[in-house]
Order: sequence, then structure tokens, then C-alpha cells
Amino acid sequence: MPRLWRHAITVVLPLVGAMAVLPALYSNHLLLFNFVVFMLLAQGVNVIYGFTGYLPFGYVGFFGTGAYGFSLMVVHLATPPLLALVAGGAAAVLLGLLLTPLLRLSGAYFSIANLAAALAVLQVVSNPDLQDITAGPYGIALNGIYEPTLAYAAALAILAATLMTVIYLRNSRFGMALQAIREDPISAGMAGINVVRGRVIAWLISALIAGLAGSVFAWYVSVFYPETVFGTDFSIFAIVFALFGGPATVVGPLLGVIILYGIYNAIGITTPQYFQLIYGLLIMVLVLFLPNGLASLMRRWGVDVP
Amino acid sequence: MSPEPLLVIDHLVKRFGAFRALDEFSLVLAPGEILGLVGPNGSGKTTCINVVSGLYAPDGGEVRFAGRPIGGLAPHRLVHLGINRTFQVPKPFLTLTVRQNVEVAITYGRSAHGPVEAGALLASLDLAEFAERPAGALNGAQQKMLDLARALATGPRLLLVDELAAGLNPAEIERVALRLKELSRSGIALLVVEHLMGFIGQITDRVIVVNAGREIFEGVLPDAIRDKRVAEVFLGADDAG
Repeated sequence: MPRLWRHAITVVLPLVGAMAVLPALYSNHLLLFNFVVFMLLAQGVNVIYGFTGYLPFGYVGFFGTGAYGFSLMVVHLATPPLLALVAGGAAAVLLGLLLTPLLRLSGAYFSIANLAAALAVLQVVSNPDLQDITAGPYGIALNGIYEPTLAYAAALAILAATLMTVIYLRNSRFGMALQAIREDPISAGMAGINVVRGRVIAWLISALIAGLAGSVFAWYVSVFYPETVFGTDFSIFAIVFALFGGPATVVGPLLGVIILYGIYNAIGITTPQYFQLIYGLLIMVLVLFLPNGLASLMRRWGVDVP
Repeated sequence: MSPEPLLVIDHLVKRFGAFRALDEFSLVLAPGEILGLVGPNGSGKTTCINVVSGLYAPDGGEVRFAGRPIGGLAPHRLVHLGINRTFQVPKPFLTLTVRQNVEVAITYGRSAHGPVEAGALLASLDLAEFAERPAGALNGAQQKMLDLARALATGPRLLLVDELAAGLNPAEIERVALRLKELSRSGIALLVVEHLMGFIGQITDRVIVVNAGREIFEGVLPDAIRDKRVAEVFLGADDAG
């Protein structure tokens, strides 16, 4: 069986299946939903950072844009939620297109410029002068579409599609070309790869994933402030989860979310001081001994990490 | 009658600020020919290769490949036309395996002669036993061979070779020389930049000596060594003659 389908069966089916069953066994549905959202964001970071080499400190910009794209369609045009999800994803892709010139920058310059871009979008959205359109700093309250079960199911569908995309990148020549670009763009050009096109495609895929995550988040929570959906924590968490698990793999970012977000929820809210201690130590150990994440440890043990 | 030129560089100018790295530089290269480009450090040899391979756009003059102007085209398009190169400091895709390094170039290189066979290519450059290892595990000489493999995987008609022999041991240099001569016999044109004159003398049909972005000599290497201007450039004016 080709690796692509083997990975689909060994990763996507069990994970999405488990997340579909868990609400029946565990009452904190919001927490389960947040796990799905962070799995999406960590995989989105994986596409643009793990495969392509751009570290997006302002990744939340796409998430917030998706959330607002979804909400504005619902508020102003009374769009059905499933259709508004598509609009939210499209809004994030549009922002991604607008930001493609950032891809000319590399390393920290890209990361900082991306962070600034996300803050700029937040400032525009929360501008009191735009109150008639975006509700400005007062945030969004969606009425009449609250349907958490359906929103959760939509989130799982987006997760399945995202995982299939990442599995494709992990097992295809296109994913290999992205990694070649990450390793050395000049040599990649000399391997016949259209470097600019490869980067833009990865960037837009990554924007779409975060935009859809933001849309479905807006649907699920229905009430939020601009700072909620443009909070820098989303970017930082998604990056740390993806790095911790192992960039450019399928299971790495998922493990990162399950372990780190698990720890966060177990002790991060009740005893934040211990949480921060453990978090800091974990990240230090990782950077020093496992710069390529848990996946590289498993690979050292001879596991063929999907 | 000599064969039609494959590469024509015509009064090429490349500036970096006020510095003219290439100053009305010209050359002609025929299919199957091996042309050596020699000169002191900073004379413009690598800049010439960088312009022909699309890393820099020319600031003046013209570069024609198989009759069409190619100045300023993106590197991947030049690769698809049949131009490739090796790098002075090879930068293979370190986390990919040796085989993947070549496969990605086979897939995206669109060789005109149909897809190259990865295994045979790796074997021809003594890399077959490392095929499944990450490229980062190769030593410097092997990375140079992998860089050459990446270039050949795209089926080039013109190969620009930038100091491939530097840093190799004598046995490796001998093998590289034989390999490059084989390539030229198969019809590939080669432009070879190298400081090792023994290597240049062994493989080239002709050399151009460059200084300060200009050609100062064109002909066979033994004549270049006797040329007064070449001696001035390499040894200093006082020692000449």
C-alpha cells in the first residue's frame, strides 16, 4: 500500500475517530474543541515552517481574519454557517496573497514583519471608526447560529482535510521540493524548482488552514473580542507545539498539541507557576538535545515516523 | 566548419555598485567543448557563471543560449532550457536523503532526454552506497559529487563547473576529470572555473584568462602560460619577462 494511504489509515482515522467519540465520554466539549483548533494551527505552522522554512510569528493574523470573515458574512449577509466557513477561509487566503511580498524576507526579518502584519490587521478590525462593519473593539456576538455539535463536526472535517494535505506533503515530490527550498533556495532553483511558486503555494495553504480554524472557532464560541482571535498566544502556542513534536512530519505537531496543551490544561490554569517551570524546562531540553522535536527521537529509535 | 555555438556571451556587464565585476566580457562555447575560465581571485569568473545560471541579471550586453536571449530569466527556467551548474561551496538539501536530493532534481528538472535514472546516476559518482543516508552525513568531497549529481539529474546541455576539483584528493580529481571528459563526449558543453592548472590543462580544449572582468587571453593553456600579460596578472609586472 502506498505510504500516503498507510498514513491516512494509521493517523487520520484513529485521531479523527477518537476526537469524534470523546464528546460522548468527556463533558468539557470546549476543551476538546480547543484541542482540534490547536491541532489545525500547529499543522498550519508545520506547512509553512516545517516544510518551507518560514517561522510565522504573526500566524494568528490568518486565524483572526478567518474568524472575522466568517462573522461578518453571518452578521451582515445572514450567510449560512457552512458557507460562511468558506468565506472565512477565503478571507485568510486573500490576506495571505496581500502578504506574499513578505516571503522575500528570510529568517527573523520575515517573522517580525509577519508579527507586525498580524497586529496591523488587529488594529484595523478593532478600529472604533469601523464599528458599523466590524463592531470595532466591542467584539462580535453571533445570534441564531449557535450549533456547537455541528461546529465541532465541521472542525473535525477541516482537521481531516488538513491532515490529508500534510500527509500529501510528507509523501509527495511537491513536499520534497518545499523541503529542498527550505534547505537551500538557490540549489532548489538549480534543481528546476520554481522557488517563488512553491513558497507562495505553501504560504496560502497555511493561511487557508488558519482561516478555516478561525472561522470554525468563531462559529463555536459565537462571542469574542478582537483581542481573543488575534491574541499572540495562538501564534506562540502553535509554533511551540509544532516544533516540540517535530516539524515536517504528520504526527509531530499532533503529539506536540496532545502533550503540551494537555499539560497546559492539567496544571497551567490551576498552578501556572509550575506549568511555566515545566514548560520552560521542556523547551530548553528540546532546543538543546532535540532541535528537530520528538519525531527525531522516535526516528533515532528506528521508528518510521509518518 | 565549427559546430553552432550553444552559449554566446556578448559584451556582458555586471556591476556591484561602482565595481564592474564583468566589463564587456564575451565568450562563445560549442556543444561538447570544454572551456576553462581562469584568472586571479575576484576577476569575475564566478560572477560570469552566476549570470549565466540566472542568479544575477546582467547590467549590459547579452547572454544567448541555443540562439535565444536568456539574460535575467529565473534559475528554474534556465534549468528547464538545459543549463545547470555546480557550486563552489555545495549546498545539498541536508535533511533529505542522497537519493531524494537527486529525485527532486529529476522530477523538477524536466530533462530533455527523458527522466534520468537516480540509481545509475548515483553509482556513476560513487554515491550509491550512501543513497539512503541524509545528505548532511556526506563529507565535503561527497557533497561536491552530490551537487554534480543534482546538476546532471536535470539533463543539462550546458554545465557550468565552479571549482569542483578544489579540495578533492588527487585520486578524486582524476575521477572527476574523467567524468567531465565523458560528459563532453556525450555532447554537453562545459564551462570550467578552476585554480588547479593541472586539472585545467588535462580537461580543457581552450582557456580564457580573465582579469578585472575582462578577457586578457584566449587560446590553449600552454600558450597562456607563455603570454606576457597573463604572467603580469598572475605574478606581478616586475617579475614578468
